[in-house]
Amino acid sequence: MNMITALIFLIASVLFIVGIKLLASPKTARQGNLVAGLGMVIALLAVLPLMQGPHGTGVSLWKWFLIFAGIVIGLIVGAAGAYRVKMTSMPQMVALFNGAGGGAAALVAAIEFAHVTQTASTMFVVSMLSAAMIGAVSLSGSIIAFYKLEGHFDKPVTYPAQQVLNGVLFVLSVLLAIAMVAGSHSMVLMVLFLVLALALGVLMVLPIGGADMPVVISLLNSFTGLAVAADGFAINNIAMVIAGTLVGSSGTLLTLAMCKAMNRPVTNVLFSAFGKVNGASADAVAATGSVRPVQADEAAMLLSVASRVVIVPGYGLAVAQAQHQVRQLADELAQHGVEVSYAIHPVAGRMPGHMNVLLAEADVPYDQLIEMDEINPEMDRVDVCLIIGANDVVNPAAREDKSSPIYGMPIIEAEKAGTVIVMKRSMGKGFAGIENALFLRDNCRMLFGDAKASLQELVTLVKAG
Amino acid sequence: MTADMLIFFIFVLSIFLGFELISKVPSMLHTPLMSGTNAIHGIILLGGMLVLASAEGFIQHVAGFIAVVLGSANVFGGFMVTDRMLQMFKRKK
Repeated sequence: MNMITALIFLIASVLFIVGIKLLASPKTARQGNLVAGLGMVIALLAVLPLMQGPHGTGVSLWKWFLIFAGIVIGLIVGAAGAYRVKMTSMPQMVALFNGAGGGAAALVAAIEFAHVTQTASTMFVVSMLSAAMIGAVSLSGSIIAFYKLEGHFDKPVTYPAQQVLNGVLFVLSVLLAIAMVAGSHSMVLMVLFLVLALALGVLMVLPIGGADMPVVISLLNSFTGLAVAADGFAINNIAMVIAGTLVGSSGTLLTLAMCKAMNRPVTNVLFSAFGKVNGASADAVAATGSVRPVQADEAAMLLSVASRVVIVPGYGLAVAQAQHQVRQLADELAQHGVEVSYAIHPVAGRMPGHMNVLLAEADVPYDQLIEMDEINPEMDRVDVCLIIGANDVVNPAAREDKSSPIYGMPIIEAEKAGTVIVMKRSMGKGFAGIENALFLRDNCRMLFGDAKASLQELVTLVKAG
Repeated sequence: MTADMLIFFIFVLSIFLGFELISKVPSMLHTPLMSGTNAIHGIILLGGMLVLASAEGFIQHVAGFIAVVLGSANVFGGFMVTDRMLQMFKRKK
């Protein structure tokens, strides 16, 4: 690596660092992404002079064509995915891109392994094997996470001796790795090793509930970062080491922060299937009382005579794509002198920040979005709390029922409001698959129906009234 | 100190740097941050390009080509989807 390339890699690394820093603050997040992107473009250009054919020969024209074609295909696929994906499916898209990175890291390691000679240092082989394993786990795990978020597995998949099987697979992989480090540089072993790692990724993610997928994707994201760093060791590319490691460590911290927002230790997310706890506590949660349905006209009246309304959006709002209707309703209510704000739970929806993004799309003013910790002390002064497609994040069982699987998770204390109106398609359960005692409270009214249609009706009624 | 050792130093220091960088992040930025760092590990595209350039034989060519395609999708798709997410945060009043 010559001096100029080294310096350019250094600049790229600094841009990555600055980019991540800027990404962590709301005002500068978008610039942060662009800064990191600029770093990537620079790194891509700087690597071109480093390219060598087999045994130090020049790169043939055919190879250049292949490389260029591969980049263009990836660009087209990536751009199509990024721009055509629906807002609600963005976490899935991130999972797929992450899986792609993991797969690339595993392949790079495998190809590099084919070039290994008997004189290669142990550290070199170990880093290659780490990259292959972590990358493959990340690839298959991300694909399962994608399918889970798409709703293809309704329940966490559990079977007897799950942890034992995972343990056995892991031990087998380590034994294979030891054999390869000791000097058996056979590609058959490498392929077997990759297959084991792929299986491990699938089995690791299968038992985890869909609600925890953002945490899983974040964890796999940091895995891929580490795999890339390990590849960087193996092919002696410092930019890959720095970028990969930064993602690995910041991703780990981010994963922990996400768990903290749900008040669950990360080990709990990864190793205990959510569904299992659920069965045991189903009886304990059986709340008393009856559901009180309400018609749209009554709901519209309740809303328009209130002086303060808090809207709690949830995943159902995202599914119904009713963010514009919510905005209209809020505007109409404001016309009637009602003070409207939105209570945002940190893990409402399928990804942290999901609701902010969704409401921002409908141009809801930023200062109307209030975080959970700020709104809760004011909740008993709120006349009407309108819950749209949220469930677990307002479930009082999280505070009151010790046997509940979500016990201890901070919630928006909607039940303290004068009247609670819950907009829901049916009496179905939330993502955690548990009953919600809130719906049976005396001050709770259920407005059944599609959120978009109901909101539209409310807008018309409030306007007329 | 050997070059390997130097890279190892940088590796360890980068770990701590990564921790420091995002010590305080509001929860609404968790997903964009995840997505943004996801794009950064797309630097594996560099690795894909390097191994494809030095590939020998049919299988290595195919594997290298797939690695380049996947890495390219990771890096370009990653930055674009993050930008799309953050675009929605734009309007502040």
